[in-house]
Amino acid sequence: MAGSDKAGLEKAIEVIDLHKSFDSVEVLKGVSVTAHQGEVIAIIGGSGSGKSTMLRCINMLETPTKGTIKVHGEAIELKSDGKGGLKPANQDQIRRIRTRLAMVFQSFNLWQHMNLLENVIEVPVHVLGRSKAEAVEMADSLLHRVGLYEKRDTYPAFLSGGQQQRAAIARALAIEPEVMLFDEPTSALDPELIGEVLSVIGDLAKEGRTMLIVTHEMKFAQEVADRIIFLNDGIIEEQGDPKILFSAPKSEHLRRFISSIG
Amino acid sequence: MKNWLKLHRIILLIIAAGLVTAIVTLMRWDWLPNYYGDLLSGVWITLVILFFTCILGITLAIPLGLFQVTGPKPLAAACKLFCTLIRGTPLLLQLWLIYYGVGSLFPQIPWIRESLLWPYLREAWPYGVLALTMSFAGYEGEVMRGAFAGVPSGELEAARAYGMSRWTTLRRIWLPRALHRALPTLAGEVVLQLKSTPLVATITVVDLYAVISKIRQETYIVYEPMLLLALIYLCLTGILVVTFRYFENMIPTREA
Ligand SMILES: Nc1ncnc2c1ncn2[C@@H]1O[C@H](COP(=O)(O)OP(=O)(O)OP(=O)(O)O)[C@@H](O)[C@H]1O
Ligand SMILES: [Mg+2]
Repeated sequence: MAGSDKAGLEKAIEVIDLHKSFDSVEVLKGVSVTAHQGEVIAIIGGSGSGKSTMLRCINMLETPTKGTIKVHGEAIELKSDGKGGLKPANQDQIRRIRTRLAMVFQSFNLWQHMNLLENVIEVPVHVLGRSKAEAVEMADSLLHRVGLYEKRDTYPAFLSGGQQQRAAIARALAIEPEVMLFDEPTSALDPELIGEVLSVIGDLAKEGRTMLIVTHEMKFAQEVADRIIFLNDGIIEEQGDPKILFSAPKSEHLRRFISSIG
Repeated sequence: MKNWLKLHRIILLIIAAGLVTAIVTLMRWDWLPNYYGDLLSGVWITLVILFFTCILGITLAIPLGLFQVTGPKPLAAACKLFCTLIRGTPLLLQLWLIYYGVGSLFPQIPWIRESLLWPYLREAWPYGVLALTMSFAGYEGEVMRGAFAGVPSGELEAARAYGMSRWTTLRRIWLPRALHRALPTLAGEVVLQLKSTPLVATITVVDLYAVISKIRQETYIVYEPMLLLALIYLCLTGILVVTFRYFENMIPTREA
């Protein structure tokens, strides 16, 4: 926990000794991370190092092969699958926990048959059971906030990547998440559209939200993150305060990674 | 408006007007008033058959397509087999197998003869509706399989990531998204289905085609009733196309 001043706060996410194999290939080899309430963690690392897999294990889009995930102290129930791995033990619990963790994807994944407003109210109305009027009111203010109120009746296919990603962030905020998970939110964007999305995410970081952000934007990571985690080949090779980590990387891999990214 | 008045358009219009005048004046239409009632009932029967076989057919096609994508394997194989059989054999054959085959077995089974459904099963139309429904289900099962499989997995994953149950995901995301993708194809298939309905005339159902046949037999007029038949099918097709276009435009799509 070097360098983080949030260490005393409640633990929002605990990843304990997480392993994940696809077939016989071990992609995560024992990763442990604790995200405290209000902490912003940037996860960096080379392609294939397991960043996405780690994020996806947190909300059980991938089932860990070994290890524990806790959300606000509540461990996600897993049981043996009889083949040396694990499988979900309680789908209701997983669904409930998923509604507290909002994921933002690299490819936006907005629902194309719904306009922006419908995208944003979908989960509040049909999963959380809120009233439509209440959900619309909140969605409008969120769309306003990400600068897309005027586009609320537009279908995603008619928007730029940057606009779609901002809408996806509004959709994420609509569930009032305890933790936000970003998986390379700007990697699919044209360079000129990256800024508008990063500024929205940056604002969220300043609000004191708990966020785990996988990103290749090193400058951004340095600015917004309380802590940086460097994943290499399925293990956390180095972590710590952004300034210290970037100015004085200890491991050879991280040094090479930083210079390769520039 | 200007575009409308191009020379070739005007010439085409004049030719069309001439044709219509010739048809109306040179051909015999005096029989028409005698058959208004029959024609109307024929159109009605055709439309009712079309409507119900399409609705029932797509209702069957959705699980037929879905199970082929989701499995389990034996169920997927069974659905695939059904679609292949339907698509691989002539509709007329299916219709006759059901009407003359199944339909002639029923009277020999006592509990069917005593059932409440018997009065209906003695008529021809249930067999026509069944055959056309299965046919539509077979073709559209294949269309829906493609449509379900073509929904980007990221959108389904987003649904999962936000805590939707499998059922909610199907109801709110997967199915509407697949139907929307399939709609242009389905529009064409409904038009094809319209043009399959005359086959029921071969098992004594009195649809539009059967009415026209009757007129030809009674009046010994050959061409005029057929011309009228073609015109009515054309109009019905036009109405279907416009209706589907309306539904397609409810959710705009951008050509990639
Ligand atoms: N569903 C899967 N089945 C099999 N292998 C997978 C699957 N998902 C990921 N992998 C493999 O796991 C490894 C880690 O993938 P992951 O997507 O976590 O990497 P990443 O760090 O996010 O990389 P990138 O920066 O390219 O997104 C890769 O070698 C990938 O090929
Ligand atoms: Mg990734």
